[in-house]
Amino acid sequence: MPDPQPASVYDLDHKAEVENLATFAVLVDNEPGVLHRLVGLFAARGYNIESLTVAETDRNAHTSRVTIVTRGTPHVLGQIEAQLEKMVSTRHVQDVTRDPNGLERELALVKVKSVGAERVEALRVADIFRARVIDTTHESFVFEITGAPNKIDKFAELMRPLGLVELSRTGVLSITRGADGM
Amino acid sequence: MTAHQTITAPEAADTEMMSGAEIVVRSLLDQGVEVLFGYPGGAVLPIYDALFAEPRLRHILVRHEQGATHAAEGYARSTGKPGVVLVTSGPGATNAVTGIVDALMDSIPLVVITGQVATHLIGTDAFQECDTIGITRSITKHNYLVKNVDDLPRIMHEAFHIATSGRPGPVVIDIPKDVQFGKAAYQGPQAVTHAHDYRPQVKGDAGRIAEAVTLIAQSRRPILYTGGGVINAGPRAAALLREFAELTGAPVTSTLMGLGAFPAADPKWLGMLGMHGSFEANHAMHDCDVMVALGARFDDRVTGRLDAFAPTSRKIHVDIDASSIGKNVRCDVGIVGDAASVLEDMIAAWKAMRLSVDKTALAEWWKQIEVWRARDCFAYTPDSKLIKPQQAVERLYHHAKDKDVYITTEVGQHQMWAAQYFRFEDPNRWMTSGGLGTMGYGLPAAVGVQIAHPDSLVIDIAGDASVQMTMQEMATAIQYDLPIKIFILNNEWMGMVRQWQQLLHGERYSHSYSESLPDFVKMAEAFGAVGLRAEHPGELDDKIAEMISVRRPVLFDCRVTKEENCFPMIPSGKAHNEMILAQEARDLGSIIDDAGKRLV
Repeated sequence: MPDPQPASVYDLDHKAEVENLATFAVLVDNEPGVLHRLVGLFAARGYNIESLTVAETDRNAHTSRVTIVTRGTPHVLGQIEAQLEKMVSTRHVQDVTRDPNGLERELALVKVKSVGAERVEALRVADIFRARVIDTTHESFVFEITGAPNKIDKFAELMRPLGLVELSRTGVLSITRGADGM
Repeated sequence: MTAHQTITAPEAADTEMMSGAEIVVRSLLDQGVEVLFGYPGGAVLPIYDALFAEPRLRHILVRHEQGATHAAEGYARSTGKPGVVLVTSGPGATNAVTGIVDALMDSIPLVVITGQVATHLIGTDAFQECDTIGITRSITKHNYLVKNVDDLPRIMHEAFHIATSGRPGPVVIDIPKDVQFGKAAYQGPQAVTHAHDYRPQVKGDAGRIAEAVTLIAQSRRPILYTGGGVINAGPRAAALLREFAELTGAPVTSTLMGLGAFPAADPKWLGMLGMHGSFEANHAMHDCDVMVALGARFDDRVTGRLDAFAPTSRKIHVDIDASSIGKNVRCDVGIVGDAASVLEDMIAAWKAMRLSVDKTALAEWWKQIEVWRARDCFAYTPDSKLIKPQQAVERLYHHAKDKDVYITTEVGQHQMWAAQYFRFEDPNRWMTSGGLGTMGYGLPAAVGVQIAHPDSLVIDIAGDASVQMTMQEMATAIQYDLPIKIFILNNEWMGMVRQWQQLLHGERYSHSYSESLPDFVKMAEAFGAVGLRAEHPGELDDKIAEMISVRRPVLFDCRVTKEENCFPMIPSGKAHNEMILAQEARDLGSIIDDAGKRLV
């Protein structure tokens, strides 16, 4: 039996279902406007964008790789995947979250301003998280850290009382384990 | 050497240098285009220059770019070929926007060529510049801005491939004026290398097809629910649908867009379903145990209340667009593929697996359906002095049914009456704006249909309000000697708006009365067309016969009862089996609850 459904498609928000984060890796033809096309699709259909990264990955094949983190119920995530697949510019869509071999990494630059004990503690925490110092003054550090998004969340959380001034994140990048390509 | 000779040069010409404008014309010819609908302007003058001496491409000059897009839609829908539009930059492109969205919503293949200011002027707010690509990105299947003339042959051919394959739709090609003047080597459709790897899935998954036919064979109350996808899959799909219905003995209903895929004369035909569909179709949908959706997308006008939509059914959904499957209604077996291909495979699987239906159960099912049918949901009471709109369409059908007839419509009550009372036996005979619901669609669409079928009877069943939105295209009909018939059900109201205000807004008729209507007969004469008027039931038949016999464009002002409502109706927010008939509809306002009133 199908699941109970609301009175109208206008009410199709699936509130009863749990929303999850999902990461899609999308290989697209690198042409002018392709990013607008993708972002416009999300805006027009009311999907969320939590983070988005894009860069050309194969100059000869004119393809770019977009990694997009979104949020939705399983039904909405299924629609997002289908709508991404439907774009003429799309070559391939991969649901990294559902793939057991999916790897996700993010890079962040973190500026921390502190002196004395707090400055020492910041350096100690950075060491534990394997963050690198890429700039320093007598009263500040800029750390570079990579890892899964929740590791960066945690790092930023620990740095906040130690004088976090500024945080810059790339958004999630993804790839799968093993020898096979996308 | 004329342009014509340049274009018809032998194969060696494939490496010949041509101007961008000549490449456009040559590509259209190589794609088998015979007609294009357009309107010239500064940014497309080079293309118009290339067309000047090209007798094989017939250019139809419309009076407004929206007319060009609807005419191209009518042409496409009635022939199965892509419609081609040529308009200028800025206002030319923005005027075309409504028709482009209409084509996207109803899956009509269009290639729309728009002029653009020269590349060095893009972004400078130049005269008649607009961001056509930005504006049309979300309303096209795909679009292109051609920045380099070398890309033009590839883009032209790729555009036709994209517009016509998979789920069809509109493709816009925006060509700056300097690119039209620039020179490049032409390449034919076979020679170009597509930049996009666009290969829609046509063949359905064999395992799912076997699962689907098994489910149908086990059903006791099956129904086939078909949509515009069956029409788009070509006449073969319609023929296979008939065969499959015969094999399974299942009743057939269809969406507004799917009318004609299954013959109305067949006893298995239940009529259209949905908000103004037939009583028997909606009740059969509600009570069925296996539903086979073929090229239909479970639109809100079809499903009514979703949590009460066909509650006891298992659903099989066949669609070429994977994103349509499971979008509004979850299905048990989803099959991505072309309707014709999947129907063919389903028939083959049915035969190979030696399946058969439970004849006793099916007979019971049909017995129930006949009970619903006996309610005669389209019954109305004729009036001795005034013409009822239902009667007008019925009489029109009576006079036109044995002719080679094509019907277009505008949007509103008359559109629903046309869908209810005109009966279609074949696909591609019915052109209407379903998804977008564009008032003003029917007249220019009739122009496009008549261009494709010059000797056929083409009738736009119109409303007095809708027809004024694109009335200027009467001049196009006169210019090209197109004997289209504009049959206006004139009730002096925006009828469907008035109906909803009556039923849902306490009879507060806010701005829905057609004040200052023109005299349609004089208007016809001013255009150089024939004007006819019928005011009494007694003169209706003669006037319709006269309209059909005249070999000129006709505006027919059919004065109908002013406050007739369109029934039967599934009230907003209600289920299929809560449909109400005309005689029960005295106090609809009390039937629809507040949540229902919020729906469109």
